[in-house]
Amino acid sequence: MFLDQLSLAWPEVILGVGVLVLIVWGAFQGKSNAVFNGAAVLLLAAAAIAAVVGPHGSAFAGGMIADPISAFAKVFIYGFSAVAIILSDRWLARRGEQKFELAILVILAALGMGVMASAGDLISLYMGIELHSLALYVLAAFRRDDAKGSEAGLKYFVLGALSSGLLLYGASLIYGFAGSTQFPEIAAAVAEGGAEGGVLFGLVFLICGIAFKVSAAPFHMWTPDVYEGAPTPIVGFFAAAPKLAAMVLLARVLSEAFGSAIDEWRQVIVAIALLSIFVGAFAGLAQRNLKRLWAYSSIANIGYALLGLAAGGEAGGTAMLLFMVLYMVDVTGFFACLCALNRDGKPMETIDDMAGLVKERPGLALAITAFSLSALGLPPFAGFWAKFYVFKAAIGAGETYMVWAAVLGLVGSVVAAFYYLRLLKVMWMDPAPGATDKPAFEGKAFAYVAAVFSFLACMPFLYFIEPVAKAAAAVLG
Amino acid sequence: MTGILSLITFSPLIGVAAILAIRLTGRTGEAANNAARWIAFVTTMVTFGLSLLMLANFDKATTQFQFVEDFAAFAGLHYRMGVDGISVLFVVLTAFLMPICIAASWKSIENRVGEYMIAFLMLEVLVIGVFTALDLILFYFFFEFGLVPMFLIIGIWGGKRRIYAAFKFFLYTLLGSVLMLAAILAMIGISGTSSIPELMTYKFDPMLQTWLWLAFFASFAVKMPMWPVHTWLPDAHVEAPTAGSVILAGILLKLGGYGFMRFSLPMFPQASEVWAPLVFALSVVAIIYTSLVAFRQTDIKKLIAYSSVAHMGFVTMGIFSGNTVGEQGALYQMISHGVISGALFLCVGVVYDRMHTREIAFYGGLTQRMPWYAAVFMLFTMGNVGLPGTSGFVGEIMTMTGTYQASTWTALLAATGVILSAVYALSLYRRVMFGELTNPALANITDLDWREVAIFIPLIVGTLYLGVYPASIFQFTDASVEALVGAYRAATGG
Repeated sequence: MFLDQLSLAWPEVILGVGVLVLIVWGAFQGKSNAVFNGAAVLLLAAAAIAAVVGPHGSAFAGGMIADPISAFAKVFIYGFSAVAIILSDRWLARRGEQKFELAILVILAALGMGVMASAGDLISLYMGIELHSLALYVLAAFRRDDAKGSEAGLKYFVLGALSSGLLLYGASLIYGFAGSTQFPEIAAAVAEGGAEGGVLFGLVFLICGIAFKVSAAPFHMWTPDVYEGAPTPIVGFFAAAPKLAAMVLLARVLSEAFGSAIDEWRQVIVAIALLSIFVGAFAGLAQRNLKRLWAYSSIANIGYALLGLAAGGEAGGTAMLLFMVLYMVDVTGFFACLCALNRDGKPMETIDDMAGLVKERPGLALAITAFSLSALGLPPFAGFWAKFYVFKAAIGAGETYMVWAAVLGLVGSVVAAFYYLRLLKVMWMDPAPGATDKPAFEGKAFAYVAAVFSFLACMPFLYFIEPVAKAAAAVLG
Repeated sequence: MTGILSLITFSPLIGVAAILAIRLTGRTGEAANNAARWIAFVTTMVTFGLSLLMLANFDKATTQFQFVEDFAAFAGLHYRMGVDGISVLFVVLTAFLMPICIAASWKSIENRVGEYMIAFLMLEVLVIGVFTALDLILFYFFFEFGLVPMFLIIGIWGGKRRIYAAFKFFLYTLLGSVLMLAAILAMIGISGTSSIPELMTYKFDPMLQTWLWLAFFASFAVKMPMWPVHTWLPDAHVEAPTAGSVILAGILLKLGGYGFMRFSLPMFPQASEVWAPLVFALSVVAIIYTSLVAFRQTDIKKLIAYSSVAHMGFVTMGIFSGNTVGEQGALYQMISHGVISGALFLCVGVVYDRMHTREIAFYGGLTQRMPWYAAVFMLFTMGNVGLPGTSGFVGEIMTMTGTYQASTWTALLAATGVILSAVYALSLYRRVMFGELTNPALANITDLDWREVAIFIPLIVGTLYLGVYPASIFQFTDASVEALVGAYRAATGG
């Protein structure tokens, strides 16, 4: 009986046991090396396979759910975590700061994200969020001798703790008024008594807490500072997998626990989405630092994903899932480019550093061009298809205000277009200030793969993944 | 012949691959530049040949789409290509102008030649794709992605204020396009199909049509460009290199008119009828106001740019007249303007290459040093004015005739544009060509060389041939335009 339940949690078991083994191994070895990181990547791969082939159902008194959407999310979460391990470790190695804790922390974060994607009640929801958040705080301050990195870590921690408080308060209100922490029973209580008073109040706090995790406006303040201070490859990790996990969690809470209150929460989500899109678009205009710029870009992009979520139902869920996956490839590729680019041993992090890059490093310049155009939403890049699904779902949601929200979102993308074009202009039309260092192999490799995906390969990929995402989102329907 | 459209559309990519291959071998310098020029020229000539082959096999009698290709992709979308009488000539026009653009850039572009040629070949793929796409999203892809090569062409090889012009061009057009994207997604959501032929017969609710029409109008009016959203065009034209201007005026402006005929009229007929007075008003303002503005310009290129806006006013007017004469005239005017305005920008390029200025006041008395050039410029000026015997005449007279049936006042006011165009064009010609050669810098200016003559010959032939034998166009467009007008009339009860 217990083993049956455990079989639903195979990915978590593999990661949990595996990470303990890795800690002991790492403690004896001291530094990480290729074999150690290889083992970490294999561990994540094994967990991903377990998530795909494992049985579906609900375990531990409803606290843990294994279904198509959790499997879908876990595959990409674990995959991008593996990329982050390779990219970050090589990056740190070149600075002589290689530590075995990196892989441990990333895997712990991945474990937490997996729990978020599978959460079936408010307790496991909170456990997942805390596990992944704590690991991320440490990762942000991973270079502990770096003042900016420590500042980033501290800021992230303090604001993260605040948001956890909000979230817990919301969860306790929901429990108090609905009488249960489990999503199906909350849903029953909401359907029976209507979504009023305390439950809704709690839901708003819960949404605020999760909005902090996905860095949606007005809970986005930490994002630019943390992105600027944290090590570049780790930022690439922050911007991808944790967002997907939190979005899936939000989708599950909203549709499984509050499905009948869609008219109430939809307004909140649309407001947050539009605010994010415009904050991301306008604040990005003033940024000179590329990591800060991409922080605002990610705020805007989360706005689009939330807009898809607000559409609700299977179409909205599919749009959100596909948007997140396509966006994750773009953002990881962009930060891989930043990892690869150095001038005189210093990272190139401002827009002006990119001047004339197309003559210096045509391959990487083309890759950044692809990511910028993709983020701008130009067809046939991945970012266009991501927005295509989102806006199609929003316009098809059958609410007039959703159509206007979509139009406003599209207008916001034109504002944001300016800063992506400025990056293009700097790279293609300005003279280069000097030679760049030879780019690191792994940064280049990931950047090229992501750029090819973003430009053309995303279309055959969508051909195969769209039905999968649809099946996953059917759970939310 | 199935598959020929994809072949035409994507054949320039072979040239792109060849230029990239040379680049990857690490070769640079003049030899590599020359290779890039020849590769681009040969590729565009091959594409032109293929487009003529398609034209020869085109069935003029049918109103159906021809050479149709259709493959299912994801999300219910299709890779769908096809042409009818409305789009087929634009494909040929694009393929015709491209080798001319490459030849015109032979000497004036000296830095980053490989990239320049790649940008032009990419642009050719995307523009031809716009005319051959039969799926809304595929159309949107070609329509939108075409901004990128043009952004780079203006921004890298343009004049002094090229950055400003490139951004203005991109953002203006993008804002229009995203509204169109919203409408496209709504159409797919409501009708359940993204196929253009199916949507042409789908009947949208009249109230909804209004919103969809306005969204498409936002995009096409900017592209066209119609007054008052035309201000990006003079900037883009002045800063773009000569060949960029030729493509911009010759083809990119036609995307707007094509869009009106392909989407607005057949898919939203009731809304088109309701909003036709607005289009008439804007067209008349464009014709009169921009003609006057053109007269006041001190820069030759800017003058011709404003004259383009005025001429596009005739096109929009003709399209929304909703009758056969008007539609035929609008189509004809677009083809003819593609040849004539392209040629005029090339004429500006000839003196700009020699003197590196486009100030009208700098020139004067060029007839004494450049008789051949003066003759060529005269021909195209007359074409621009609409002299009978040139192609410019046919389009203007037909759009005005068609509009006269729909709205007499519009036609009357637009007719003043013919006079105004003579005023600015002839005064430009007088100031640049006639009079004494007073500027000593012009003393040694040389006449056309053989390369420039070779560039102008096809354009001269085209202008005169279309002018004396308009049926060369109409034989292709007749059936499709009749079908378009028939459907429009049936839907609006006119």
